[in-house]
Amino acid sequence: MLLIHGPYCDDTLPELEFAYAGAAHIARPADPMSLSDEEWRDFLYVRSNPRGLHAERWRYIHGCGRFFNASRDTVGDKFSVTYKAGKPRPDLEKAVQMSK
Amino acid sequence: MFSKRGVMMLAHNMHDVQSFQRHIHSNRLNGVDNRWLSTAEAKAFCPPLNVLPDARYPVMGAALQMRAGTARHDAVAWGCALAAAKRGVDIIQNCPVISIRRGADGSVEGVGTVKGFIRAKKVAVSAAGHTSVIMQTADVKMPLESYPPQALVSEPIKPIFPCVVMSNTVHAYISQSDKGELVIGSGTDQYVSYSQRGGLPLTEHTVAAICEVFPIFNRMRMLRKWGGIVDVTPDRSAILGKTPVKRLYVNCGWGTGGFKATPGAAHLLAWTVAKDEPHKLNAPFTLERFTTGRLIDEAAAAVAH
Amino acid sequence: MQAGGLGADQIQQIQLGGKMSDLRISDRGRVDHARPVRFTFDGKTFAGLEGDTVASALLANGQHLMGRGFKYHRPRGVVTAGSEEPNALIGTTRGPGQFEPNTHATMQEIYDGLSTESQNKWPSLKFDIGAINDRLYMLFSAGFYYKTFMWPKSFWDKVYEPFIRRAAGLGRSLTYLDPDHYASRYLHCDVLIVGAGPSGLAAALTAARSGPSVVVVDEQAEMGEALLSEPSVEIDRDQVWGWLASTLAEPASLPNVRLMNRSTAIGYYHQNMVGLCQKLTDHLSDVPADAPRERLWRVRAGQVILAQGAIDRPMVFDGNDRPGVMMAGAAQTFLNRFGVKVGVRPVILTSNDSAWYTAFDLADAGCKVAAIVDTRTDIPPALMQAAMSRQIEALTGYTATATSGRLRVKSIRVNPVRGGRVGAARTIACDAVLMCGGWTPSLHLFSHTKGSLEWDAKAKAYLPGHKTEAVHIAGAGRGLWGIAAVLADGAQAGADALRDLGRKAGAATYAVTNDRTGTGITQKELPTDRSPSSAKAFVDFQNDVTAKDIRLAVREGMRSIEHVKRYTTNGMATDQGKLSNMNGLTIASDALGKDIPQVGLTTFRPPYTPTTFGALAGYHKGSHFEVTRKTPIDSWAVENGAAFEPVALWRRASYFSKAGEDMHAAVNRECRATRQSLGIFDASTLGKIEVSGPDAVEFMNRMYTNPWAKLAPGKCRYGLLLGEDGFIRDDGVIGRMRDDLFHVTTTGGAARVLNMMEDYLQTEWPDLQVWLTSTTEEWATIAINGPNAHKLLAPLVEGQNMSDAAFPHMSVAECTVASFPSRLFRISFTGELGFEVNVPARHGRALWEKLMEVGKAYDVCPYGTETMHILRAEKGYIIIGQDTDGTVTPEDAGIGWAIGKAKPDFVGKRSLAWPDIVAKGRKQLVGLSTENPKDALVEGAQIVLDPKQPKPMKMIGHVTSSYWSEALGRSIAMAVVQGGFDRMGDTLHIPTADGGSQAAKVTGSVFDDPAGDRLKVE
Repeated sequence: MLLIHGPYCDDTLPELEFAYAGAAHIARPADPMSLSDEEWRDFLYVRSNPRGLHAERWRYIHGCGRFFNASRDTVGDKFSVTYKAGKPRPDLEKAVQMSK
Repeated sequence: MFSKRGVMMLAHNMHDVQSFQRHIHSNRLNGVDNRWLSTAEAKAFCPPLNVLPDARYPVMGAALQMRAGTARHDAVAWGCALAAAKRGVDIIQNCPVISIRRGADGSVEGVGTVKGFIRAKKVAVSAAGHTSVIMQTADVKMPLESYPPQALVSEPIKPIFPCVVMSNTVHAYISQSDKGELVIGSGTDQYVSYSQRGGLPLTEHTVAAICEVFPIFNRMRMLRKWGGIVDVTPDRSAILGKTPVKRLYVNCGWGTGGFKATPGAAHLLAWTVAKDEPHKLNAPFTLERFTTGRLIDEAAAAVAH
Repeated sequence: MQAGGLGADQIQQIQLGGKMSDLRISDRGRVDHARPVRFTFDGKTFAGLEGDTVASALLANGQHLMGRGFKYHRPRGVVTAGSEEPNALIGTTRGPGQFEPNTHATMQEIYDGLSTESQNKWPSLKFDIGAINDRLYMLFSAGFYYKTFMWPKSFWDKVYEPFIRRAAGLGRSLTYLDPDHYASRYLHCDVLIVGAGPSGLAAALTAARSGPSVVVVDEQAEMGEALLSEPSVEIDRDQVWGWLASTLAEPASLPNVRLMNRSTAIGYYHQNMVGLCQKLTDHLSDVPADAPRERLWRVRAGQVILAQGAIDRPMVFDGNDRPGVMMAGAAQTFLNRFGVKVGVRPVILTSNDSAWYTAFDLADAGCKVAAIVDTRTDIPPALMQAAMSRQIEALTGYTATATSGRLRVKSIRVNPVRGGRVGAARTIACDAVLMCGGWTPSLHLFSHTKGSLEWDAKAKAYLPGHKTEAVHIAGAGRGLWGIAAVLADGAQAGADALRDLGRKAGAATYAVTNDRTGTGITQKELPTDRSPSSAKAFVDFQNDVTAKDIRLAVREGMRSIEHVKRYTTNGMATDQGKLSNMNGLTIASDALGKDIPQVGLTTFRPPYTPTTFGALAGYHKGSHFEVTRKTPIDSWAVENGAAFEPVALWRRASYFSKAGEDMHAAVNRECRATRQSLGIFDASTLGKIEVSGPDAVEFMNRMYTNPWAKLAPGKCRYGLLLGEDGFIRDDGVIGRMRDDLFHVTTTGGAARVLNMMEDYLQTEWPDLQVWLTSTTEEWATIAINGPNAHKLLAPLVEGQNMSDAAFPHMSVAECTVASFPSRLFRISFTGELGFEVNVPARHGRALWEKLMEVGKAYDVCPYGTETMHILRAEKGYIIIGQDTDGTVTPEDAGIGWAIGKAKPDFVGKRSLAWPDIVAKGRKQLVGLSTENPKDALVEGAQIVLDPKQPKPMKMIGHVTSSYWSEALGRSIAMAVVQGGFDRMGDTLHIPTADGGSQAAKVTGSVFDDPAGDRLKVE
């Protein structure tokens, strides 16, 4: 069971209190109707699904209820950083160094 | 090695009943046995089943596929390997593919492996949980996410469990192997992962589900639990067909259901590779369906297309 | 007397086993010689001592035979003294329903009244018919499941499979419900130490003295591990058991330390979470009432120290599985910890120094050690000297090539190996063969973390490499030998863990005398002068895998050790390869002509030892398996004879039958009553979400397909929610309470809808001033339907003009109903004049009873979900998830009118423009009228154009809803049909399960009152 640091409550808690919410930094287009079918597919369905660092979203369902972003290694399942929704992607290499 | 001991899907609410009736009727019109069992018939078919009406999720009946059953997965793999080897296929063990190489015109040229490059006119990717990673090397981005499922076996006991039982509502899958172990499947952890590790809560939930449906197994012991990687598509149906890269083919997205589909999927993949076009059975399972909106709710439809 | 000089006659004369009085050494060991304990094994009563395991007590009675092999059913004796035991697996019984198979006889403590039985034998342990498989050895070689039974094919179903199925398994199956219960807990600590041997205890002392919270767990009844088997050692000038007692007393007295015995660390999970299974009652004669049998602990530790020691490796040679052949380390444990001699005339067979000490301890305890047979030629002189002083013959540079004896080993055949040649054999009479082929560090838990194991050529073992967790490995797990070395290493691990916690500590030092250090070698199967192909040299005792099987697997093309394992089943028995993995790997790498690290290692998986299902399930059983959500009116339904159905987590009343009524009659009555006068329905499970704030209407416009700007406060509207993929997700009536407040109702999936709304609000549109609140459980919702609904309700309402003009259909108001504050909706899911009254949940039952009381004047009839379904279907109202699956769009469902065409965007709008969504011939929701009105269709049945076509048939849709309509006097159904809207009036066919077929005409889906006249107040 993962330990997750919620950036809003600033507390590290077990995974059971959180819900995974899919890949992060995939913003809904401002005008979906102007997108081609391929562009809409990429937004809706295509995922990087990397073996390695993954930008993803979680929600603290049993606490503040906020969605937030995280970077986690999908090979070791270890979080390098969690940060508030809307914040830019952090410097991941730096974050990985910090978590070590 | 195929043991046709019957596969029973338990219905615990009206939604289950309606879904399974849909499966049964669709299967039968496709020429596949499937029939409805009352609660009493389900109990008679699988005596360890808990059918007490005060159960948290009482059994309202079941769908039974009598000709379905279990096959020893290793034997299937080895049997296929042996037959392929006899037909001149080189099988290189302990040799992961690192990349798919494409030529100047964009079409596939071969694969790079840890032991060197293999030139090929056609490449078929059938890499389950690692499909995204492999396809990425050919610059093809997939509508896939890889999740960690868990499975476990109990210590072996004398035969007590005559069939395969699944319950979607309670999240239980169980059969007894020829060695006597109870073989138990679970869902996946919630997050994308290649770690093949898996958490304790999912194990607890899975075992609790089994004990709920089969309380006599409460004193059994879990012998071994393992984690895998399953690739899941947005509509939970497989992708089997051509790709945007010429002469590169893909077979993926089977989720937790891949093994049962293996022989059929293999034939269709072979057809697709040989003819450079899909067989009519896999024609709907294209990668393009995610660009055209023709999604397939196969779990609900039970392959009625 | 020369051991090798015995003739056959003399061999016969050796007293096998001996009497209990001979084998149990009074005053020796840690058992209580003053407290005899009686238990049964296969129906026979045995006496043991308090502190005994079943294995030690049986051995004290001269009984080595405790089981049968899985495949050949060969007689098997106990080989270890711990949880790695592969052979001595027994059934244990306390009482009815309290039976468990496959219990380690080496771990099960005896208590008065314990009943045990041997396994995998028929009719008896001594005479087992299954042993015929032993004669069919050639048939049962590696991969026997895969090859032997594949030909001829027709034999599989009728002959082979039933045969295998009958032969399967070890323990007897369970048949009764388990009366015991199981507990579980969380635990947080700074340092978790797994294993209470010398290194674990030294780590614990170091850590505990510095003040952090420390937990020490050990699977045994008593802590001490190796120290319990080495009484001659002295630590800090104290005899080791005295040192152990004072060492355990110190942490036990500290409030920051928890010592947990009988607790197995089963798995090492992410971020230093370790699962423990603690056995609480299986050793007790009298179990306290209501005591849990086992407890699962989920421990989250800052630092973990793994001090799990090492497990000795068997020697692989022909006949190494006969009862009486066992690990030398186990014999030493039985002698020193339990005071039991495993034989009176043992032979030691070893390639390691450690077994020499076993020989010395046994000799000193009065056993006649017939010989020490060592495969090495280069033996430390001190050991040779010590053997000579005890008059033990030492045969160095020897191999073992056979044993004899059916139910107990009688002799061992040994040969000198000189210059690679196996010389002339010599037979040594014995009643036990005690072997040691090296030591395997126990790194199972470390392996669970996906930490790397690296081959150490010097130690000839895999040792911990790269770590992924905050973990330290101490002692024999790192390949260290001797008490002094592991004590020092444990203390250092404790100090390292403290350092990583940011604390300072010095590692204590220990002075150890009489330490038994040593070295040794490991090897493949021993060389023999006989044909290796007929040798039964076992690698995996329980699964009956021999060295020959492993070589065969390699010959048949298995290159990966994972394939070799699965092909032979080596390491797949209940000990999970604790004894067999390294021997299997050594032999496989030899067969492949590769170095061991090139062949790889199979993966260790949780649990460390088999773990009871009940402990894993814990409290989650029966009604606690999952919560049951109940409405505020549920108790009334119970008291009034409702039948219930589970709907997701809710339990809902499905119908209320009166005396003598079956379900069908009850439902028909409820339908009639509602259509003719008045029905009342508990709709509290309806999901409810409040959407409030200045931008509420904009938010609603973006989420739902419908337009909301023009919906006036006090009005309500059917709302439709899509996924971004364009398919229907949810629906419900939404009331606008104020300009900035919407009362949204959903299906039962309210939590999912709220999560989706929160997702968009928080992450896509954080600029919107909107607040979302789940109010499902704040309100009790009562639906009142029927021609007399208005008559019932109007007199009870205050604060709202109930006239048709002032409060028309699709209105909502805040008012009081029967003096309860209420949100009153005038809506209908039945087609009748209808209202839904929401009152605070605490008033739900009171209002219900009031309405029942007042409603008597109109023969008010409570109805359940069955009637609700029929009444809505008669009106063609859809149920999401029943009439739709995951691929139905609003147009498909015939509710395209709910889409705000002028809106530039809403969730799912873009996907409605996919080429295949706008294509012709999609499946569309229509009504079906069976040709025979009495015919009811089966929900889920498939629809075809030609029922006589051959299979596989072309299916064009399926029935989604089907009911008997009491109002119409005929059956009604809804279905999704390809191009259904263009098939109005067509006759379609619905094949039935019995091979027949029903014909039905495509109709619109509103069966009753299409004009909606009955919604009006008369």
